[in-house]
Amino acid sequence: MPMIEKNGQKIWQVRDRKAQFIRWAMWFFGTVAFLMAWKVISDGTEWYYVQTAPQAANDIITRAWPPKWGYINKLWGPIWDTVNIATIGTIVSLMLAVPIAFMAARNTTPSMLFVRPLALLVIVASRSVNSLIWALLLVSIVGPGVLAGVVAISIRSIGFCAKLLYEAIEEINETQVEAITATGARPWQVMVYGIVPQIMPSFAGIAVFRWDINIRESTVLGLVGAGGIGLQLNSSLNILSWSQVSLILMVILFAVVISEWVSAKVRGAII
Amino acid sequence: MSTDLDAIVGKPWKKPSFIKNPALRWGLVILAVVYFYFAFTTIDVNWARIYRGLDRGWQFILGFANPDFTSRWSDIYAGFMESVVMTVASTVAGIAISIPIALGAARNIAPLPVYMVCRFIVSISRALNEIIVAIILVKIFGFGPLAGFLTLSFATIGFLSKLLAEEIESMNMVAPEAIQSTGSSWAQWINFGVQPQVMPRLIGLSMYRLDINFRESAVLGLVGAGGIGATLNTAFDRYEFDSVAAILLIIIVTVMSLEYLSGVIRERIK
Amino acid sequence: MLELKQLTKTYKTGDQALKAVDLTMPAGQVLALIGPSGAGKSTLIRCVNQLVRPTSGQVFLAGDEVTGLKGNALRRVRRRMGMIFQEYALVERLTVMENVLSGRLGYVGFWRSLFRKFPQKDVDEAYRLLDRVGLLHMADKRADELSGGQRQRVGIARALIQDPALLLVDEPTASLDPKTSRQIMRLIVELCKERGLAAIINIHDVALAQMFVERVVGLKMGAMVFDGGPDDLVPDVLTEVYGEEDWEATIEKVDDDDDADGDA
Repeated sequence: MPMIEKNGQKIWQVRDRKAQFIRWAMWFFGTVAFLMAWKVISDGTEWYYVQTAPQAANDIITRAWPPKWGYINKLWGPIWDTVNIATIGTIVSLMLAVPIAFMAARNTTPSMLFVRPLALLVIVASRSVNSLIWALLLVSIVGPGVLAGVVAISIRSIGFCAKLLYEAIEEINETQVEAITATGARPWQVMVYGIVPQIMPSFAGIAVFRWDINIRESTVLGLVGAGGIGLQLNSSLNILSWSQVSLILMVILFAVVISEWVSAKVRGAII
Repeated sequence: MSTDLDAIVGKPWKKPSFIKNPALRWGLVILAVVYFYFAFTTIDVNWARIYRGLDRGWQFILGFANPDFTSRWSDIYAGFMESVVMTVASTVAGIAISIPIALGAARNIAPLPVYMVCRFIVSISRALNEIIVAIILVKIFGFGPLAGFLTLSFATIGFLSKLLAEEIESMNMVAPEAIQSTGSSWAQWINFGVQPQVMPRLIGLSMYRLDINFRESAVLGLVGAGGIGATLNTAFDRYEFDSVAAILLIIIVTVMSLEYLSGVIRERIK
Repeated sequence: MLELKQLTKTYKTGDQALKAVDLTMPAGQVLALIGPSGAGKSTLIRCVNQLVRPTSGQVFLAGDEVTGLKGNALRRVRRRMGMIFQEYALVERLTVMENVLSGRLGYVGFWRSLFRKFPQKDVDEAYRLLDRVGLLHMADKRADELSGGQRQRVGIARALIQDPALLLVDEPTASLDPKTSRQIMRLIVELCKERGLAAIINIHDVALAQMFVERVVGLKMGAMVFDGGPDDLVPDVLTEVYGEEDWEATIEKVDDDDDADGDA
């Protein structure tokens, strides 16, 4: 137990001197890092503009309310596109994520030296880059529209789904696999009977979870031209029509709430 | 229940269906088929445009083979530093604000009115996409990293408070009760009864959020909220795919090292 | 029927799990393999069907060499050896019927097995086996809804539907209560008699082994230290296998108070 001597008396302390010092140093450096970061942000900010922030906010709110309800009739098409981008994007990404996950999992990969690092690289690359950046790229390749959004969402979701899935594959019970192997089953049969049933619940959970996230992400893809309700958001912002913006934001919030509810229901039914 | 062997031998066997009710099962199948038919037909694919774009796609892949770090280095460096700074500052600020909100959003330690308010804050923060928040904040506070910082802090609150509150709700209540029975004050109770149990989770989540905030900071620049996204956007606009590749590589390497770091830290605090 | 010649397994960690084991079994013999934990019992039976590749030595099944086989040839040999596991090793999210039919995977093509289109002959046999182990009414239940004893019965049916010549049984009763343990052991031995199967049963419960088998082999540190009938298992032998212990108290005959049709 750490003690210090003080005036000839032993005084108990929670931490010894070294641990105490390390803690203190961590707090110190954390604070310094934050202050330096804040300094950079502050230097990059036009403070006289910030002083007008309350007026700006007030201005936006008064112009945004009431929402332009009639505009909803122009939104049905974009909403349909948004849902399709998320749904088809999720399905395509799952189809690609499954083989990558099997290549990345230690217990199913065909080669630890070559295939596994490659699969992990695909996963990291896909996860690191935001779907908006993928959309930016795809818009310049396939042109603006729903297709760019679908492909962007698919690419972005591969890493997420494959990562969670390969972790699930690595956690399966190996004796069940052993038992199927012992019957003289082919490797593919071992996969279908020994491994797939064990990862089915995770797979379903991941699919629904990612679909929920993709609904949120597909609402903004239109900002860079990749289809969906974000296109209307962008054009409304460009013409400073805040009453349209507020309606679109309400629609997006509604969609997010619905998708969360659906995914919770489906997950409850499967697991 | 007894089943007679002779009655079923010779009859074919079928795996019982996942959905027992055949009407519901076929209804769902038909619904799915109809949906996908309409969903796919509304994607208009302009093959001529894609054919023209393939050249750019190829240039993008070539860009990865030969990324150009040098010609835009000063822009890339400035953008990258701004992203790092926004990430650090917003994660710290987000954590500091998340902790009280998480305490308030945990049903087992907060009174009902406080709980409702905190849960409302969490839901709002989670429901709004970062980009949308950034757009609005840029309109209010002007272009620059301040809007990005505020956006990421706001998003961090929703994420951290929700997961931390869930952790607090599922913690073992015996130790906190024991502390309470010693006649401790509320702050002492939190400090000795609650904090030790949720600390590892808080550190792990914070590291994870640091990682997310960096990735998000890379896109905020698209809407003018500072960070490397602005540089990236410019490079895309000019079709400078070798610079794009360089920026993406920097992002990927940073995310990988952050992930590695957070793995090490989480391993150590376990 | 089964012959092991100088079978040796050394793991990568340097642990010698098997040290040059020689063993010959005639057809239809039920053999118990006893020994302390870590003696190499599990490794031995996994070397027989090549789930674990032996470092050296040979395994012959009915005169054919098993060691060194790969791909289809190995699969054909594995079909002739049914395996029963300690933790049942049923695929928990599949139904009882699917688990039993998975024993036929070595005989059925990939696409048929994917769409669960097993030949009628196999389906009938699965029903008969489930009836034999008393679980016909559970055929369409999911395996994780069953109790331990029931799961082990399904495991037995899965091994038998392979139509094996040899059963490899790894601690069949270690996860079961004493009464169910005896029922399961009796069932395995009865089925072996009915079908003229040979079996190697790994078991740590000496009394249970003595009750049911005709030959006992003792393993210690990967080497064979005893081979004889159940009545030759005198306390001195057990001390040799397991180390010092008051064996008079342990090997007292257990009361056989339960009926085989118990519902456990």
